[in-house]
Amino acid sequence: MDLTRVDEIIDEHTKNGERSYPPVIPIMQDIQAEYRWLPEPALVHTAKRLHVPLVDLYGIATFYQSFRLTPPGEHQINLCMGTACHVAGAPLILGKLERKLGIKAGEVTEDGKFGLDEVRCVGCCALAPVMVIDTDYHSLQGKTDVGKIIDEKRKSDEKVSS
Amino acid sequence: MEKLTSLEKLQERRNAVMAERPEEKPRIIVSAGTCGQARGSLEVYEAFREAIVERKLEETVDLKVTGCHGYCEAEPNALVLPQGVFYANLKPKNVADIVEETIVNNKVAEKYVVTDKVTKESFSYASELPFYRRQQRNLLTLNTLIEPTEIDDYLALDGYAALAKVLGSMSQQDVIEEIKRSGLRGRGGGGFPTGRKWEFCFKEQSDRKYVVCNADEGDPGAYMDRSLLEGNPHIVIEGMLIGAYAVGAQEGYIYVRDEYPIAVRHLRIALEQARELGLLGDSILGSDFSFDVHMSRGAGAFVCGEETALLHSIESKRGMPRQRPPFPAQKGLWDKPTNINNVETWANVPLIVNKGADWFAAQGTEKSKGSKIFALVGKIRNTGLVEVPMGITLRELVYEVGGGIPDDKQFKAVQTGGPSGGCIPEHLLDLPVDFDALNEAGSIMGSGGMVVMDEATCMVDVAKYFLEFLEGESCGKCTPCRMGTPLMLQIVERICDGHGSPGDLDALENLAKTIKNCSLCGLGQTSSNPVLSTLRYFRDEYEAHVHDKVCPACLCPSLIRYEIDQETCISCDRCRKACPVSAITGELKQHNYYIHNHLCIRCGACEEQCPVSAISRLPGHEPPVQEKAGAAVTAAGGERKDG
Ligand SMILES: Cc1cc2nc3c(=O)[nH]c(=O)nc-3n(C[C@H](O)[C@H](O)[C@H](O)COP(=O)(O)O)c2cc1C
Ligand code: FES
Repeated sequence: MDLTRVDEIIDEHTKNGERSYPPVIPIMQDIQAEYRWLPEPALVHTAKRLHVPLVDLYGIATFYQSFRLTPPGEHQINLCMGTACHVAGAPLILGKLERKLGIKAGEVTEDGKFGLDEVRCVGCCALAPVMVIDTDYHSLQGKTDVGKIIDEKRKSDEKVSS
Repeated sequence: MEKLTSLEKLQERRNAVMAERPEEKPRIIVSAGTCGQARGSLEVYEAFREAIVERKLEETVDLKVTGCHGYCEAEPNALVLPQGVFYANLKPKNVADIVEETIVNNKVAEKYVVTDKVTKESFSYASELPFYRRQQRNLLTLNTLIEPTEIDDYLALDGYAALAKVLGSMSQQDVIEEIKRSGLRGRGGGGFPTGRKWEFCFKEQSDRKYVVCNADEGDPGAYMDRSLLEGNPHIVIEGMLIGAYAVGAQEGYIYVRDEYPIAVRHLRIALEQARELGLLGDSILGSDFSFDVHMSRGAGAFVCGEETALLHSIESKRGMPRQRPPFPAQKGLWDKPTNINNVETWANVPLIVNKGADWFAAQGTEKSKGSKIFALVGKIRNTGLVEVPMGITLRELVYEVGGGIPDDKQFKAVQTGGPSGGCIPEHLLDLPVDFDALNEAGSIMGSGGMVVMDEATCMVDVAKYFLEFLEGESCGKCTPCRMGTPLMLQIVERICDGHGSPGDLDALENLAKTIKNCSLCGLGQTSSNPVLSTLRYFRDEYEAHVHDKVCPACLCPSLIRYEIDQETCISCDRCRKACPVSAITGELKQHNYYIHNHLCIRCGACEEQCPVSAISRLPGHEPPVQEKAGAAVTAAGGERKDG
């Protein structure tokens, strides 16, 4: 794996001298912004360069929810499980999505196309229940067919690739 | 941009900006916070731009895109000034009409104003709308007037004037005294008097001090802070500048959720602009006060909203709280005295300095002053952000500002304070919104989440929801919280699954009290509030689950059943096709559809598909005995084995 970007990120964050403990969280955030997840070689390299135990990075990666240690789906579906969405019926929608995709929340479909995650309040409670696919917000009020939204996404992808 | 090296230079720039903007010049303002953008407000903005260019009106009218105006239900919306006409739920194709009517003909385009669904009354002006009428929008009004990436918009509205006043004429003690006198209390949940907190930090002797803005906003169902940062980042920065001056800090951090991309972007731009103008950096406005602010992005952990955990997180460690004292004012960031406040607390500071402590203290109740922003969401007509004077009653909030409960449903409870708060029932709706009154009722004001629940909400399920959340978010450091929250969850799950036993409610109550008393940080100490408050006000619902094995709200999957009303059913076969587990039998046009509840997984697919609403949820897993005998006659086949 090419680690030049990782080195650049580390340089960027350590150029202003060092604190008692290096700024590992922003470094990991930027690595994840680059790769969409935290590949092991990148973490090993970061730990070596910053002289911190790898277990510290692992601890941080598992403590904070935004870090991923496995690759996400090509499309990431974030289903809002915030309070407003919960009372608007989000749990039933989660079940539907799980059955439709054949995976549980937190997993990625076998073909790598879709990943499904639960998130807490995406800040548009007026649309509750809300699902965000990549950056598109979908309001699932009333009788919206979530299956159809997924099928359409698949189809539009196929069109682009063919 | 030229650096402002003195107080006079700041005033000169303000005057120059204002001279360019005559107040009577028409302005169209499109609201585009996260929720607006999700509903297409940027497309509406683009359409306005095109319509204006097409009519060659660029010189006649200003077009602005701002942060959230609060009325999420009416997004995308536009406000036309100076008249204050409010257009709601716009589509790009409506926009040409509006420009033609409002700007060219100087009339109101009646078609696009808000019309009350019930009374059919229509409202042309924002100030007339029931949603806005009762509000006291000290902060949110600014959101509607400021393009957040334009520092000049903020300057035109007295931006950084409070900073100038402080640097020009107030000592550190004067500032602290003013904030104390205003009665401002922390908006992050605890409600600690802000002036006193500043004083603690001021009195510490140290070569370095920090101020921190808590923008972690973890309550799942609340977005007040996000909206302030998105819509008016400079007011938060100015508040921090004043606080830093008062306590003697040289550096500040804003700890903001990374899940708020627009807020992060606007904040970054605002910080750069403030630096360019010399409002951050060395010798600010020619004084000997130097200060700069950094942004620290959160990584998704609710507990990091707790102040000591947040400080650990800024230091790039795991966000685990620690014992207090020492308080952050004594030993905070990198062990230096640190003053930490919530976004909304900081945002109130410039207003107080500008308008005076008396102005602020004149609003609200005896011990809760000023206004507070709430995210009014859930089963409510006017979902949105509302800023109301402290002391307004919950009833006024829900029924007047919020417009009541939609779909003719009954109000059941309003949940305040998020996972640390509680549920307040109907008979307490006349409670004033005030830190102490809400505490007494077993809830908390919290940071401003307010979720309205109707009769279709199961209160045991709500308790379960918050426990699931808290169990996942417990950092694991102290035993009562780490072990206790899963235990509470187990009991509540058991109750929801229909396996609750009579002793469970007392066991739950005892456990909840133990956790409350013994946990290390606020997360654990308040984690029992959702349980205790629902037990206190909705014990009958728990009892129905435990004793009768019935979910009265027809929600908990194990304690309900689905039935088809044979009278209404049109025998269309849609439900059978929709069922993912083949729990429905019947043949097209034969009027013999039947749901086998022992196979049914309660996914709701049939109910959703039914075109005539013949399928309903009923309380109880099995029909009562006498009904069962009757129902068997209409059932298809003889192989029913429910339950
Ligand atoms: C579990 C937990 C979560 C918290 N979350 C937040 C939060 O999201 N935002 C916030 O401003 N304060 C939060 N607080 C309160 C902070 O610890 C702290 O009291 C607050 O930031 C102080 O600012 P204030 O005095 O201006 O309210 C939380 C506290 C606890 C115990
Ligand atoms: S709770 Fe889902 S968007 Fe707020």
